[in-house]
Amino acid sequence: MIDRQDSDDILAYAVRLGDDALVLGQRISEWVSNGPFLEEDIAYANVALDFLGRARMYYRYAADLARDGRDEDHFAYRRNEREFTNLLIYELPRGDFAFSQVRQLFVDLYNTGFLAGLGTSEDPQLAAIAAKTAKETRYHLRRSREWVLRLGDGTRESHSRTQKAVNELWGYTHELFDVDPLEQRLAARGVAVDNRMLRPAWYQAVSRVLDEATLEIPGDDWAVRGGRDGYHTESLGHLLTELQYIHRCYPGCCW
Amino acid sequence: MGGNSDQAELERQFQQRIDDDIKIEPKDWMPDAYRENLIRQISQHAHSEVIGMQPEGNYITRAPSLRRKLILLSKVQDEAGHGLYLYSASETLGISRLELIEALQSGAAKYASIFNYPTQTWGDVGAIGWLVDGAAICNQVSLQRTSYGPYARGMIRICKEESFHQRQGYEIMLALARGSDEQRQMAQDSLNRFYWPALMMFGPHDGESAHSAQSMRWKIKRETNDALRQKFIDQTVPQIEFLGLDHPDRDISWNESRGHYDHGEIDWHEFYSVINGNGHCNRQRLQHHIRAHQEGEWVRDALAAYQEKQRQRDCQDPD
Ligand SMILES: [Fe+2]
Ligand SMILES: [Fe+2]
Repeated sequence: MIDRQDSDDILAYAVRLGDDALVLGQRISEWVSNGPFLEEDIAYANVALDFLGRARMYYRYAADLARDGRDEDHFAYRRNEREFTNLLIYELPRGDFAFSQVRQLFVDLYNTGFLAGLGTSEDPQLAAIAAKTAKETRYHLRRSREWVLRLGDGTRESHSRTQKAVNELWGYTHELFDVDPLEQRLAARGVAVDNRMLRPAWYQAVSRVLDEATLEIPGDDWAVRGGRDGYHTESLGHLLTELQYIHRCYPGCCW
Repeated sequence: MGGNSDQAELERQFQQRIDDDIKIEPKDWMPDAYRENLIRQISQHAHSEVIGMQPEGNYITRAPSLRRKLILLSKVQDEAGHGLYLYSASETLGISRLELIEALQSGAAKYASIFNYPTQTWGDVGAIGWLVDGAAICNQVSLQRTSYGPYARGMIRICKEESFHQRQGYEIMLALARGSDEQRQMAQDSLNRFYWPALMMFGPHDGESAHSAQSMRWKIKRETNDALRQKFIDQTVPQIEFLGLDHPDRDISWNESRGHYDHGEIDWHEFYSVINGNGHCNRQRLQHHIRAHQEGEWVRDALAAYQEKQRQRDCQDPD
């Protein structure tokens, strides 16, 4: 039986996952017409389309659960930086090509485990979304992995840029494997993924790629957290400013 | 003198093939001028696809709904794909993509001047899809029958996607036209600003077009600038009426005897002024392209270095 508490929890969970996907999709879309060559503009557009598509699926499900008139665009356009609950790694500015590809590798490997878990969720809607998106994640992973190999083992400049990206991102990866009380409740009912279980496989897979790319794994000496509580870096406010500007300028309009 | 008569015979046979509507393929003999003319036209077309990503790309991060954002993103992605097909078609004529990009960045090659206009509002995204892609389609449909095989085939692929582009633009306009007063004003304003520049996309009047006559003979172009423009003007009138917006051309009127709409004079002074550097975005568009290209240099270098290492590894341990 799904009771009221469950339903609120699942709604909040779907919004979190939607926020993760929206914020990363928005960031990646910034690459279009800014890539190192045309094929990469196309590839980035593909990845952005997939993440934005995921955001819509999660938000629509949240809207179905809310049953109060909120729709997908409400979740995307009408909430502020304290209300967004995406993890911090997704909101970091796109940086250079190495930064975006390393982030993508970390995220794709994380999603490989996460979506496999969510695919077995007791919640059929979440399981269906996971099933739909797992295949795309395999494509993204193939690309991000190959790029990190090429950049890490390319020129001296690409190696140092990529190592720098690994170092700068590492402290934001820990939060991927946190579980707060809401997720614990949902995990106990078989609805949410227990992210704590994902880290060993993730760490092993990341190590393998970085090793092959002649890159080093940084120490775990710093970690920034807070996305799920709406405690964000300053960059999220700017991202939302841009994302929401037109929508908020003309309240209540259809597009 | 044998050489000259051989040449004349080759040219005669070449023209005969064209007159018989047999496609010219990359390995076929062709006059140098035909090759150069094609490289100029196809690469200009390719550059237009790529530079055209910028004005609409300007709104990807700000699109007012998720649905619109996804549609716009895939539209701009298509344009990148069109650029790729067309660079490949140019390469079959013996010029590399790098040379083409250098020509764009140095200003030696042109792109459609329409992309020198700024996108200021969301309505402009609608107007571009509807009018600019709409005008491009008129041109591209006729080019499906162009004499050079790879170009004609590229156009067939591209045209399939272009009708989606025009439709999404028109849908944006429709939503605005049926929306609030402010939205309707936005739509009218965008229509007013993009209508005339869209007409200018077809190029100067036939009498003043530098390359027209020879291109028509070689079937590089299949219809004249003015004929294509008229087709576009005719199809746009009912579309504007359906939106319930005012036509930007006050002189537009149906001419029963011609079976076409008569229209007001195009301001060619403005056309040449923008082409010659006085548009709002001429410098910005090229700078953007150059910046992205330069920022990507280390990535392309890394790719080349990695591939070279892989090649050497393959040589060392032949399994
Ligand atoms: Fe196109
Ligand atoms: Fe298009």
